This record gives sequence, C-alpha cells and structure tokens, in this order.
Amino acid sequence: MTKVLTDARSIRIKGRSFLAVVLSPDLPLDQWLERLDDLAARSAGFFLDRPVVLDVSELSIKKAELKQLIDDLAARKVRIMGIEGARPSQLTPEMPPAMKGGKPASDVEVTAQEPETEAEAEVAAVVSPAPQRQEAPQVRAIPQSLTIDEPVRSGQSIIFPEGDITIVGSVASGAEVIAGGSIHIYGTLRGRAMAGSIGNSNARIFCRRLEAELIAIDGIYKMAEDMDSSLRGHAVQLSLEGETIMADILF
Amino acid sequence: MGKVIVVTSGKGGVGKTTSTAALGAALAQRNEKVAVVDFDVGLRNLDLVMGAERRVVYDLVNVINGDAKLPQALIRDKRLDTLFLLPASQTRDKDALTEEGVERVIGELKRYFDWVICDSPAGIEKGATLAMRHADVAVVVTNPEVSSVRDSDRIIGMLDSKTLKAENGERMEKHLLLTRYDSLRAERGDMLKVDDVLEILSIPLLGIIPESTDVLKASNLGAPVTLSDARSAPAQAYFEAARRLAGEIVPVTVPGEKRGIFGKLFGRKAA
Ligand SMILES: Nc1ncnc2c1ncn2[C@@H]1O[C@H](COP(=O)(O)OP(=O)(O)OP(=O)(O)O)[C@@H](O)[C@H]1O
Ligand SMILES: [Mg+2]
Repeated sequence: MTKVLTDARSIRIKGRSFLAVVLSPDLPLDQWLERLDDLAARSAGFFLDRPVVLDVSELSIKKAELKQLIDDLAARKVRIMGIEGARPSQLTPEMPPAMKGGKPASDVEVTAQEPETEAEAEVAAVVSPAPQRQEAPQVRAIPQSLTIDEPVRSGQSIIFPEGDITIVGSVASGAEVIAGGSIHIYGTLRGRAMAGSIGNSNARIFCRRLEAELIAIDGIYKMAEDMDSSLRGHAVQLSLEGETIMADILF
Repeated sequence: MGKVIVVTSGKGGVGKTTSTAALGAALAQRNEKVAVVDFDVGLRNLDLVMGAERRVVYDLVNVINGDAKLPQALIRDKRLDTLFLLPASQTRDKDALTEEGVERVIGELKRYFDWVICDSPAGIEKGATLAMRHADVAVVVTNPEVSSVRDSDRIIGMLDSKTLKAENGERMEKHLLLTRYDSLRAERGDMLKVDDVLEILSIPLLGIIPESTDVLKASNLGAPVTLSDARSAPAQAYFEAARRLAGEIVPVTVPGEKRGIFGKLFGRKAA
C-alpha cells in the first residue's frame, strides 16, 4: 500500500552545519581580552569570516557586562553569531541569539605567523580582507551510523549529518532526530524525524509506530495533519519519489 | 550516607509538594530519619503543607549564604520526631541558590539523614536543575494528561543529562508517580490510561495516587496526608509508594479497581 503524501509545490527546508569557533572567556575579562589581543596579533584575521559562538556558561556576569563584552569583541572585529549558556535574564533582543545543542568538535588550531613588525601585524588584523588562516578542520565524510539505545526525550535533538541514525526506543513529542542519511526508529515516532537533511533524496525513515508531528526527507516535509490518518499507529516506511513523500505500511 | 531524592515534574501544580510531604512522612513513620527540603525559593509551600509556617526562622538561602548553620534552620515535625523540614526563603528568588552552596548543604544533610527529599519548583530553569543536580533517585510526578506527560518526558531527559550522576556516566534511578488519578474519568476515557503513560515515559511505576478531597483537607490542616488521615485512599497509595522507594517489592494498586488479585498488577514495570 503506497500513499502519496506531498504535492509538487512543497517548500524545501534544508539543514546546514558549520564548524563554529567557540570563545569561552574567563574572569577578569580585561585580562582575557588582553590574551585575545595577543592571539589576534600572532594570527592576523583569525576570526574574520568565521562563525564565532560565545560560550558564557562558566561566566557569571550581568547583562550590562555581557553587552560590554560583545561590544569589546566587535571593536576587535570579532562578530558573534550566537551565545551559548546564557541565562535568559542576561540576554536582550539586540544581542546575538541564544544557541544550544552544539556538538563539541576538535580544537581549532591557530597558526602563529611571525609578524615582521608590530605595526604591520596590526594593519593585517584590521584591514586584510582575505586573511591567511588555517583551513577549517574537515568533518570526515565516510558513511557512518549512530545508534541510540534509549528513548529520545521531549526537548532533545539528535543531529547526525554524517550518516544514518538508529534509535532503539521511541522519539517523544517535542523531540527531533535529524540525519544526513536514513532514520530507523524501533519504537514510536511521536516527534520529528528529518532524514537526508544535507541533501540526500535516497534517505528513508522507518518507524515501528507512526504518530509523528513532522517528517521530512531531503527538505520535503509533511506535518501531522497532512498525513493520511490510516497510517497512524502503524509500522511505516517513508521515502521520496521526486518531490513526493511516499509511505508504505510495513508488515 | 542517606539517599537524595528529587521530586520533580516540569509542569506546575501536579502534586510535587503534596507528594514530598506525604512520602517524607510515610518514610519517617518507618522510623527512618527524613529531611524534606523546599527548593521552591520565592514560592515556598512545603512549610504550609507540613504545618510549620509559623516556626520558620532560617531557611535554605540563609544556610547557603552562611547566615545560619544547618541545625538552626531545620524544623523538627511536631508529630514525628524523625521528620525534619528545611524551608525555602519566600523573600528571595532562585538566583540566591548557588551550585556550591547547594552541594554543601545536600552533602551535610546526607550525613545526618537516611532520606533527603527535595521538592523541586516547576519549570526547567535554575531552581529545578539545582534541585535535581545532586539527586540519587528521581520521583517524576505526572498527571494523566498529555501536557503533564510531555513535560515529564522533558524532565527525564534533563535527569539523564544535567545531573551529577549523568555527568559521571552513571544512571539516575527514576520512578513515575502518577497523581490525581481519577478512576471515573479514566473509565470514561477522558484521561490518559496508565499503560499509555508508562509506554510514553518508559520508566518504572512507583505508584498511582487517586484524586481525592482528602488531599486538600490534609493541606488545610497543615499535615501530610499520610499523617492526617492514614487510612484514606491517597495516604494508602503514598504508603505503598514509600515502601517501594525503600526497596520493597509491592504490587501497584490501581485506584478504582477491585482489591484482590485482579485489582493488582504484580511487578508492573515500564517496557
Ligand atoms: N491526589 C490529589 N487529589 C486532589 N488534589 C490534589 C492531589 N494532589 C495534589 N492536589 C492539589 O493540587 C494542587 C497542587 O498540588 P501541589 O502544590 O502539591 O503541586 P506542585 O506540583 O507542588 O505545584 P507547584 O508546581 O506550584 O509547586 C494543590 O491544591 C493540591 O491540594
Ligand atoms: Mg510545589
């Protein structure tokens, strides 16, 4: 039994992952900024063009101090794309947005380039539009899989752009699973599942029981209310044919 | 060393404070030393439910700040001399709690008491995360309705990631306490079924507490329901849950079902 779930004019929502540089300042801030200046002097333009996340989870400072810190960084041409670990009371709407759920990656190395003279280095840091910098470390692209042995709880996201995800358990309402490849759920899918999230139209979603809030393959998505009600509660396989999500009831 | 229990839920008003007091008094009646700790700084309730509101001198925040020693802040129950309350401050907010302060107070309580039961505030912010941080065991209080179940699911995720146990790679022991269970509404199908809640949350069942006016009566009297009316249905259900917490294997009574072999679900556990 195969049902057509999508019309041809769906909107595509794609995932994109970047490797961000994380700055975790410590107190006192003026000393930390001094060390940052020192680093910038040795590696001109390191922060230019890089997504930078400010991690303040270990830092107990007030809203005004956080704002000052962001300004101090801006004055050094370090633009913050998001803030991690802040309390809501520390944030204002003008600040970069709060971010969470980031996955740790290996340390980013800063290559020291010996400046000829101090003055020259400073110019390089401020002016150089195409800074010399080390290539961002590559996330290895060999096909991989991730197996999760417990239920995915409401509010949790499992994100694995590198390959398939297998969940031995259920995915709760308000939880999400995002895979570069296929998604296998040996339990009930109540939350969201997004397969082929970095552009893979061959990815599929399997679940032992479909109660999903949202499913997506390669950016083509379907909300709960758009799904055929006869699929609910069944073991289902979802795949993409052209721009159309197809659903098969398994056994 | 005593065991630290956090009574938590995510959603507000589901019966955390009622359950903290009732389980605390039930365990104390087994002659074990129990401290119940109010973490709901700014919205304290546990003192009222325990009938100790006029005896509060120092509170948790005072002990954390070093303004008072722990024994000065602990209030011994008038009816049970193995039961103690550490009240919350009503005039401060959750920011007055510090990670190190809470760790020190819990560490000290564990040395004196068999059970340290922390009444968590609702929500997933600082108050709730600090209340669960040092726990060995979590009692997840849930009402049989979808919003409460989803919030509990969220809290279980935090128990498995944000607690010291989780960070040390150990597993937090979690129990589901289903409260305000109305057997008439369950029969009519207006409420989630016990099995559905267990299937969604997949943690073992500690007990099912019936919806009952005895709970309100008890809190108006300023007594945990397991002290004010030990024979009432909610008190019996809390006694049963307390025995299970203490490690006994007791079948779960489902309110409204006939007693006897058919009314009992032996060894009921989540899948
Ligand atoms: N089994 C029950 N039967 C009837 N009423 C109940 C029952 N359990 C709790 N209640 C009532 O529900 C209300 C909320 O209970 P309680 O204060 O224990 O919840 P809480 O989870 O601590 O709330 P908060 O999140 O605000 O701290 C109270 O009025 C209480 O009397
Ligand atoms: Mg309460």
